[in-house]
Amino acid sequence: MDSVYKEYESELPPQIIEEVKKHVEKNVSKPRLKKIMEEVYREYKQTIADPGESVGLVCAESIGEPGTQMTLNTFHFAGVSEMNVTTGLPRLIEILDGRKEISTKMTEIHLKKPWSGGKDITKIAKSIKETTFEEHINSIDIDMVELTMVIKLNEDTDIAPEQLVKILSKSVRAFTFKLDKENNIVVRPSSKDASLNSLYTLKEKIKTVWVSGIKGITQVLPVKKGDNFIIMTAGSNLKEIAKLEFVDLYNTTTNDIFELERTFGIEAARQGIINEIQKVIKTQGIEIDIRHIMLVSDTMCMSGSVLGINRYGIVKEKPSVLARASFETPIKQIIEASLIGESDYLNSVIENVMINQPVPVGTGIPTLIAKISKSKGDLK
Amino acid sequence: MEVQPHKKIAQLEFGIMSPRFIKDMASAKIVTPELYDKEGYPVDGGLMDVRLGVIDPGLKCKTCGQKLKECPGHFGFIELARPVVHIKFINVIMDLLRCTCRDCSRILIPKNKIDKFRIQIEEVGEISGLTARRKTIKEFISALKTVNKCPYCKAKQFKITLEKPTTVIEDEKRLSPIEIRTRLEKVTDSDIELFGIRPESVRPEWMILTILPIPPVTMRPSITLESGERSEDDLTHKLGDIVRINQRLFENINAGAPEIIIEDLWDLLQYHVTTFIDNNVAQLPPARHRGGQPLKTLTARIKSKEGRIRHNLVGKRTNFSARTVISPDPKLQINEVGVPLVIAMKLTVPERTTEWNMKYLKEFIERGPGKYPGSNYIIRPDGKRKKITDETKEQLLEEIQPGYIVERHLMDGDVTLFNRQPSLHRMSMMCHRVRVLPGLTLRLNPAVCAPYNADFDGDEMNLHVPQTEEARAEAEILMEVQTQLISPRYGLSIIGCNQDAISGNYILTQPWFKVPRSEAIDMLSAIGIEDFSKFTTKETVTGKEIFSYLLPTDFNFKGLSRLYKDAPEDPDSVVEIKNGKILHGIMDKNNLGEGSGLLLRTLHKKYGSTAMVDILGKMYRLGIETLFRHGFSVSLSDLDLPAESHKEVKDILLKAEQEVEDFIAKYNDGSLEAMPGRSREETLELRILERLNRARDDSGRIVTKKSKQNSHMMNMVRSGSRGNVINLAQMAACVGQQALRGGRISIGYRGRTLSCFNSNDLRAPARGFIRNGFKDGLKPHEAFFMAMTGRDSLMDTALRTPKSGYLYRRLANALQDLKVEYDYTVRDAGGRIVQFQYGEDSVDVSKSEAGKINIRKIVRSVE
Repeated sequence: MDSVYKEYESELPPQIIEEVKKHVEKNVSKPRLKKIMEEVYREYKQTIADPGESVGLVCAESIGEPGTQMTLNTFHFAGVSEMNVTTGLPRLIEILDGRKEISTKMTEIHLKKPWSGGKDITKIAKSIKETTFEEHINSIDIDMVELTMVIKLNEDTDIAPEQLVKILSKSVRAFTFKLDKENNIVVRPSSKDASLNSLYTLKEKIKTVWVSGIKGITQVLPVKKGDNFIIMTAGSNLKEIAKLEFVDLYNTTTNDIFELERTFGIEAARQGIINEIQKVIKTQGIEIDIRHIMLVSDTMCMSGSVLGINRYGIVKEKPSVLARASFETPIKQIIEASLIGESDYLNSVIENVMINQPVPVGTGIPTLIAKISKSKGDLK
Repeated sequence: MEVQPHKKIAQLEFGIMSPRFIKDMASAKIVTPELYDKEGYPVDGGLMDVRLGVIDPGLKCKTCGQKLKECPGHFGFIELARPVVHIKFINVIMDLLRCTCRDCSRILIPKNKIDKFRIQIEEVGEISGLTARRKTIKEFISALKTVNKCPYCKAKQFKITLEKPTTVIEDEKRLSPIEIRTRLEKVTDSDIELFGIRPESVRPEWMILTILPIPPVTMRPSITLESGERSEDDLTHKLGDIVRINQRLFENINAGAPEIIIEDLWDLLQYHVTTFIDNNVAQLPPARHRGGQPLKTLTARIKSKEGRIRHNLVGKRTNFSARTVISPDPKLQINEVGVPLVIAMKLTVPERTTEWNMKYLKEFIERGPGKYPGSNYIIRPDGKRKKITDETKEQLLEEIQPGYIVERHLMDGDVTLFNRQPSLHRMSMMCHRVRVLPGLTLRLNPAVCAPYNADFDGDEMNLHVPQTEEARAEAEILMEVQTQLISPRYGLSIIGCNQDAISGNYILTQPWFKVPRSEAIDMLSAIGIEDFSKFTTKETVTGKEIFSYLLPTDFNFKGLSRLYKDAPEDPDSVVEIKNGKILHGIMDKNNLGEGSGLLLRTLHKKYGSTAMVDILGKMYRLGIETLFRHGFSVSLSDLDLPAESHKEVKDILLKAEQEVEDFIAKYNDGSLEAMPGRSREETLELRILERLNRARDDSGRIVTKKSKQNSHMMNMVRSGSRGNVINLAQMAACVGQQALRGGRISIGYRGRTLSCFNSNDLRAPARGFIRNGFKDGLKPHEAFFMAMTGRDSLMDTALRTPKSGYLYRRLANALQDLKVEYDYTVRDAGGRIVQFQYGEDSVDVSKSEAGKINIRKIVRSVE
């Protein structure tokens, strides 16, 4: 049997062969399989996109048209959690724009074996979450006469007061921190000429000092997905997460495309764009073939870094001056082109529309070669 | 017709025009701001000089000798008394001045470092463009230790600042454009190259204007007002200012006027030239008309949606098109369009006369423009158009011979393009065959509403008539409706039965549907079937038999109907067709509808698109014909519930509201446990929402079970032609919770939604739960909540349209030149490979089945 499959290996995409294997009876005879493969091959050749097919425009239409049907309702609740994620049209725009800062970052942390079954799941989750001093503090009192400050700690914090003092002294200079008998932190200025004002600013600053967890992860939520537990987080910091021993890095993802690119490279970013667009489409109940999404994603990632679909990204990369000028900021494009002494070779669609020539896609590509007799009057 | 050589523009070059070039290109030197003399004839050397082209009928261009509309116009020039800065290049000029020596004009980078730097700068320029490139040079120079000294001539450098918009200050003294020009002149070609400027096409001193090109009059035509007065174009006004000031400046210089006066005039000249180029410079007051409205000068002409590029160059206008209101006509074929007679007599198709069709075409001329089907114009071989009138008719009939083109009226079967805006996808413009009909609206088969996204509440559509053989061929082969059946977006059919057609076929294929044979034949002949030789001879005919008669006799099919989900044991829940006969099964949306329409898709695959379109049209008409005879109307009583079910619904809702109150009580006494990761308030809200939605669903279930089962309303829901269970429940029982921003309606700052409730009332009715159904009517507060969500969704639509429109425009612009090459790679216009195989398997979605090849079917079909 394998010899028949092998024969078509170079002719047919692997997933088609796989599917044939799935649908064909176990005890299929060789001539029958051959017949089937021939038929599949014929069918496949018929479904192939013709040379010249304007796949880009079809792709733009396929994504742009359902855009009018999407809701603007920004938020969608991921499961029964308080984590709400941007979806719908705003999210789609965000992805395709190639925005560096997205509005709601999210990671899905998959776990390695013992932990994925639910071992210490809440503890792990808690350890990831970023906490600042504010969460460990009960109150801060300022003694205006003595110019000291007393920080009363929360009783139920699981971090030792000594540890907190250490963190504070490390991140705040010009003040000394000491523990008193009731486990309160007493703050004194190191120098004598400190003012009351500096204490007040310090008070606010202390609240934001990082204590534990991973920076950027503002919320965590363990969720059971299928058989395994995963941790959903609001905020994202893949680099730090990757260092944790219980993380299954092969399945862990974020919805921040640029972070994917930074940590895993451009191929991961490409897949990330595809996944994120598909997520949006799914929540909106719209069907778009994956080929269109892949084409957009590939175009955005073609240059080796993620480019947005705007005048600073993909459009800027276009070789044609007129194509760039017809999109946005035409004057700037023309001025720059004139300085460089740029040439427009009229290779793409829009320039040829401008000068009334056939466009070089589809039926505009083939030309006829005919001998025209030089003597006049032949055509008359 | 004259044989013209076919030329193609291969390349456009951009650059800056040198003064020499401007002079060489110009056909007239402009010296006077006057436009016309006393007789109204353009003044020689004036801005409307006839050497610059003609805009008056009757005059001849002195440069090319052609008349109005033939002469493309010619440039002129004026010699500026003093050079001025070109506003668009001021930033480049500044960077060049800052980075070059004030004495020797060499770049301020020492010789030994320049080569290394060149590599670095090329890279920057490649990635981030010209502006970034200049910035890097500047930074590099300021990072050098010899900041203030030229590494070549050791001259001291001063700080140069720009006083916007055009004044250059060096060391508190002003640099005149003359000085700037002399400095730029001295910059060597190799140094310019470092800035990314190509010395072959651009010299930096050309950025200072000494000679100003005057655009031809044809691009600034004057209009004659009704009063006979002439009104000049904005550009002409501005040019007049420039010429006037320029002349004054000349005179003053020649007269040896004091420096201050000359400086003032020079500044004025600079102002006028700047606003001539761009009237929206930030620091300058825009030049205005007497009325105070700003002039529209060069930049404004090119820019933005209404500018030259997007309005005229990328957007084209057509003749031979029509537009009116559309209305439905299921009796038309799916690929036809009904054209009103009035339109058919205005739109024409050119037909070339040959020996063989001469007689035929003469008949059209004979009938002329007033009698259908006639003709409106003939075109002589030299391109002259002649109108056909009663007077010219005789003579034209004499004159006509092979080679003449007759523009005859639109007739049945002609190829046209039909379009509805917004044209969001390629199915928004499809090719339809003409069917000339009485009436004043364009008519289309309602089955093609889906691809156009059209309805008949006043929609208008456009019709275009292709005028050349090539265009007609492309329209027919690439754009005809049957070629567009499958949407390239998801690979399923976008055209199918809808609305009444589904309801009708649903009723037709019900087991109880039986009619006498005579009526069955009546029905079939009403939809356009004439051959009944193979029709059953039984006295009474079932609906399924009637439907089967539309199908090809060798057609086999097996599929599920919508009934399968609820009652899989019912034989009619599975559709089975053998040899073109329905054995069992009910036709509904699953089989006939758009998108999912499995039966249609199988027909399409097996018999091709033309046959499928034909069968679809017949099915459509059959459905409507069935309703026509059977009767179909919905009434209020369709929503009636038996008294006890009504009570049941009431109880469910009451119980739900009671439970909600229990939640609130629990919340208030603190015994409500928070869900993981949520606050207690949020938990309460979620619990309430979930409970109320369940109540709505429960009541909906009772409605579907207990309301009249065979009502037409129910038929619509069951068949999938319109409406769903939720709609039914909302009408009959309970509208349910109104959601605003992902939650119940919020209590706002005042602690309550409406003044009829107490503060901080968390119960269901106070937060947007509508207990009543539409049939019973809404309470005032309920109607108010309904209006709130209604308005919210209106806003949503209004805000979404421009956003998604812009996204679409960007996508289309970025992706439009990606195409599949002959080697099946996907490449962009620059030849860069985007994908090695389209979609990783080269499959064209519009030729596939939902993006795949149906392998199971192939395996099954192979014996």
